[in-house]
Amino acid sequence: AAVRGCSGVWRRAWQRGAGGPAPCGRRAVAGSARGAAVPAGKSGLAPWVPVVGLEIHAQISSNSKLFSGSQVQFAAPPNSVVSFFDASLPGTLPVINRRCVEAAVMTALALNCSINKRSLFDRKHYFYADLPAGYQITQQRVPIAVNGTLSYSLCTDNKMSQMVTKTVRIKQIQLEQDSGKSLHDDTRSQTLVDLNRAGVGLMEVVMEPDMCCGEEAAAAVRELQLILQTLGSSHAVMAEGQLRVDANVSVHHPGEPYGVRTEVKNINSIRFLAKAVDYEIQRQIEVLENGGTILNETRAFDSRLGCTVPMRDKEGKQDYRFMPEPNLPPLILYDAKSLPANTNHQQVVNIDWIHERLPDLPSVKRAKLVEQYEILPEHSFTLLNEDGLTEFFENVVKHTHMKPKKVIGWILNDLLSYLNQHSLTVKESPVSSSILADLLNLLEKKEISSTAAKQVLVELWKGEGKTPLEIVEEKKLELIQDQEALEQICQAVIDGQENAVIM
Amino acid sequence: QKVTVDVLDHLERLALVDFRDSEGVERLQKAIQFADQLHEVNTDGVEPMDSVLEDRCLYLREDDVTEGNCTKELLKNAREKVEEYFVAPPGNIPLPKLEERETYLQSS
Repeated sequence: AAVRGCSGVWRRAWQRGAGGPAPCGRRAVAGSARGAAVPAGKSGLAPWVPVVGLEIHAQISSNSKLFSGSQVQFAAPPNSVVSFFDASLPGTLPVINRRCVEAAVMTALALNCSINKRSLFDRKHYFYADLPAGYQITQQRVPIAVNGTLSYSLCTDNKMSQMVTKTVRIKQIQLEQDSGKSLHDDTRSQTLVDLNRAGVGLMEVVMEPDMCCGEEAAAAVRELQLILQTLGSSHAVMAEGQLRVDANVSVHHPGEPYGVRTEVKNINSIRFLAKAVDYEIQRQIEVLENGGTILNETRAFDSRLGCTVPMRDKEGKQDYRFMPEPNLPPLILYDAKSLPANTNHQQVVNIDWIHERLPDLPSVKRAKLVEQYEILPEHSFTLLNEDGLTEFFENVVKHTHMKPKKVIGWILNDLLSYLNQHSLTVKESPVSSSILADLLNLLEKKEISSTAAKQVLVELWKGEGKTPLEIVEEKKLELIQDQEALEQICQAVIDGQENAVIM
Repeated sequence: QKVTVDVLDHLERLALVDFRDSEGVERLQKAIQFADQLHEVNTDGVEPMDSVLEDRCLYLREDDVTEGNCTKELLKNAREKVEEYFVAPPGNIPLPKLEERETYLQSS
């Protein structure tokens, strides 16, 4: 099986073990790996360096579309939120939505990008039924922002709970249109086209190939998702297609030039992203070690089989024939310095104004939690990772005398594990923050032991509406405070075990 | 220079045009020649202009819903429809390879 170190160098153990992906539907290539002649020049293990770059499309959270006034609405009746422009009817022109520009600026600032105060729009041409115009309006020559960074964290070791911070460079962020949706009806050999999504604003975030494995890719995307959700520039829900990730994967030997890369599409969740990337790395290594070559192709991830397959309809290299969008002048952004006097505020996007109003980013929120509540950094990651958990935690802390760094244990170990086991969200928790606070108060005042508290919690999960105090009384879990009574009990135990007790 | 067969094949594929006969190709050659006259202008140190709108302001629209809800009208243009979806062929119908096409280019 392949053994991975976080330095990014993969070594292929020569003994083929039970691990590693078997090519979809075919038996794993056997034999040649075991004891066969080593490729010329190398003996034993040949290290591979995987290279992973991501292209992420985030749907902008706005009321109307990027260049038209039709509504942005998920799951609306087919072709009901489509304007004449979206359908590419002759005589229509694009008119840019201010909110989309602001969303892109916010995102660019959060990712430490240089903002291009003058950016341009272009047409990218290709034929497909869900692209009625035959081209997509995008920003190829001069996008709205370039050269940013995204920092994310990884657990190096589950046991040690050590977190390591990594960065991935952001090549650029550009504004572009989304296409419509195609529903393939293979039985009737036709495609049904719904243009509801055509023209919705997208921010494409292009990352440099600084990552080396599925885990890094997943962590980076998760952090980007949290940032976008914090900013409100995108809801970034992958399941609703608001965040789409394409992975570019290649492998090479250290010191040699980069290998041929493949593009992997159709990745529908962060979990699948990690699987898809790791599968593709393994697949490429296997192909190359068996003397094959990697095709510069587009592959789709099949989540059912857990592998990547060549994508249909992607014949040959596309020539997109980029040309400037003749109907749109350059997009000019201002800051406090360059703002001309006597301007109509509605017609001006001020970068500094937006910068001043940025909310605390996840990394800042985490740092504040660690400082304020004296919890560990990895705790702060978990708090932000679960929707509503931070709020829950802070509510409990507010209503109990127990130290936050003790409370966090109950939140992460008891509350969260129960919710995860039963696939519940924090909002769906049968135990509210005030009930948990009541319970922790009983514990803090030493009215019950922590073992008893856990028993009470088990009862509380049933959601029968009883308060912690009621359960304690019902099950007689109160700690005995009476000194005399305790002495009597101890004496009775000692008396009953005369043989065992040595005076 | 003459336009090569490879380029003509590429153009037919991309733009879905059909250079049916030598006249069509000749017309293309003449059009390129005509446009090539632009090279006679010295543009050293001059920024390219790609739109006469380059010094206009890009108008920013408020994020209000003002259009849509015209499914019936849009579908009037559709030759075929299924429950308010447009109907299209199953995928891009690939252009046959050069050898299989009935095109003038075969004989070049």
